[in-house]
Amino acid sequence: MTKLKLTKDEVTHVAKLAQLELTAAEIQKFQKQLSQILDYIDQLKGLKTEGVKPISQTTGLENVFRLDEVQPSLSFEQALSGAKKQKNNYFKVQSVFKKSK
Amino acid sequence: MKNSQLSIDQALRKLKGKELSVTELTENCLKIIKKNDHQINAFITVCDDHALTRARSLDRQIQKTKDVGQLFKKHPLLGIPIALKDNFCTKGIKTTAASKVLADYVPAYDATVTSRLLKAGAIIIGKTNLDAWAHGASGENSDFGPTKNPWNLKMVAGGSSSGSAAAVVSGMALAATGSDTGGSIRMPANFCGLVGLKPTFGRVSRYGVIAMASSFDSIGHLTKDALDSAQMLQVMAGNDQNDSTTPSKKVPSYRSFFGQDVRGLKLGIPREFFDQEIDPRVKSVIKKSLSDLEKLGLKLVDLSLPHSVYAVATYYILVPSEVSSNLERFDGIRYGFDRRRFSDEAKRRIMLGTYALSAGYYEAYYEKAMRVRNMIKKDVEKAFEKVDLIFAPVSPTLPFEIGKKVNDPLAMYLMDIYTCLANLAGIPSLAFPTGFAEGLPVGVQLMGPQFEEEKLFQVVGAYQQQTDWHSKRPDL
Repeated sequence: MTKLKLTKDEVTHVAKLAQLELTAAEIQKFQKQLSQILDYIDQLKGLKTEGVKPISQTTGLENVFRLDEVQPSLSFEQALSGAKKQKNNYFKVQSVFKKSK
Repeated sequence: MKNSQLSIDQALRKLKGKELSVTELTENCLKIIKKNDHQINAFITVCDDHALTRARSLDRQIQKTKDVGQLFKKHPLLGIPIALKDNFCTKGIKTTAASKVLADYVPAYDATVTSRLLKAGAIIIGKTNLDAWAHGASGENSDFGPTKNPWNLKMVAGGSSSGSAAAVVSGMALAATGSDTGGSIRMPANFCGLVGLKPTFGRVSRYGVIAMASSFDSIGHLTKDALDSAQMLQVMAGNDQNDSTTPSKKVPSYRSFFGQDVRGLKLGIPREFFDQEIDPRVKSVIKKSLSDLEKLGLKLVDLSLPHSVYAVATYYILVPSEVSSNLERFDGIRYGFDRRRFSDEAKRRIMLGTYALSAGYYEAYYEKAMRVRNMIKKDVEKAFEKVDLIFAPVSPTLPFEIGKKVNDPLAMYLMDIYTCLANLAGIPSLAFPTGFAEGLPVGVQLMGPQFEEEKLFQVVGAYQQQTDWHSKRPDL
């Protein structure tokens, strides 16, 4: 059996970085699938790209500004309308400072 | 002919001439949805009350108005039932991106395209099904079940704008919006026998369209023919203050290019594309399309896009990377449910992207892919010094059976082999039907230089004057 490109630990690590909870079965399944995809992507390794500028977009636009003036926006009610947990016009989030189990 | 099978252009003429009321047209679409959508699954949300209320109000407005011509001039899509892909935010109307994460999300605002269509007088008939988060080429990644192809219910409709395609070809709407990041408008248009426009990146505002890959997402639409496509683009295109990637470039009058002489226009045929594996039944229809285009007077020119062979690999580094960033916001805090509700494809892309961007891998993957993207873009720019348009197939296969590719993610990614080039280079592409094989639609695409959508309409418009593939409809 050919060795898979990604180890189970790497899959677990990446899932943690991306805030995704995976079951053991999912880790195994994704390990195989992602390794296969990365094998395919590896063909870029052989391509010489020195001196080529990396581009992050195709419009050629830069620094599109507007005047720093307050514009109409969503009301508190509208902005909070999708939140399942809210208090006093705030979004309620999980505690960051308390130690989690 | 059923009213909902009219093109936008035909319907507008009938509405203006008071041969047809907006209410009748809307009711017709809703009737077809009621009769067929339990089988086809094109819609996630049907806005029947909303649509009929608006239809009646528009009819009253038409009756009251003395200068009906002027009214339709001011609102160029007046009374036209249009479906919106369910990744377009609609104020007060559920918007899910076909994901369980957003199963109960009701936006507090309209996407720019939504408000432009409404301002033009269109009626939102419903929100269509898609691959969740627009991740897919078949429609099978929806968390609400796949959309079936109205030509053969065992087959996929193509993705990710699967519901939009199925809705238009079956008469549930006269047009539908879509988004195309790697082929997601063109593939379903192709599989359902419609015209699908992927405009130049930045031609149409992305504001309010749930982001997939922010340097690739192109906002467009699916229609029955090129003239309708031009009508839609006329309304949707243009600079938007809320999307800083929309240049201030003027929007031409697209309709004026129909009927203009296409003889002598040079059509580039990229030889690398024809080296790829393609179903022989698809290949033979494509060969005929080329000869039909030649008959119009176009000059076929051999072309090389040497780095196009790396397009899919480049795409599947850059897009998942951008996806991993764009989907970070879905944590259930401000809207929707938490990340445990993501389905497999979303998880795969998020993880691929996170990996490609992570420390130690960024240069080898993401930065490398950004360089290859530049090389691909340069190939395309060089090509347009030689030719006016670039020809390509849309799909390497016929519409396939539901379930056939769903367990092979890489095989699904390879469906993008002809389509992702336009997204990498930021150029427009118009997909249109050119035949059938085994009773299933086959089509091709024409790509043009940035912001020259009019050239695409000119040629496809001419093609559709001489052929009638675009008027075929499935028996439902």
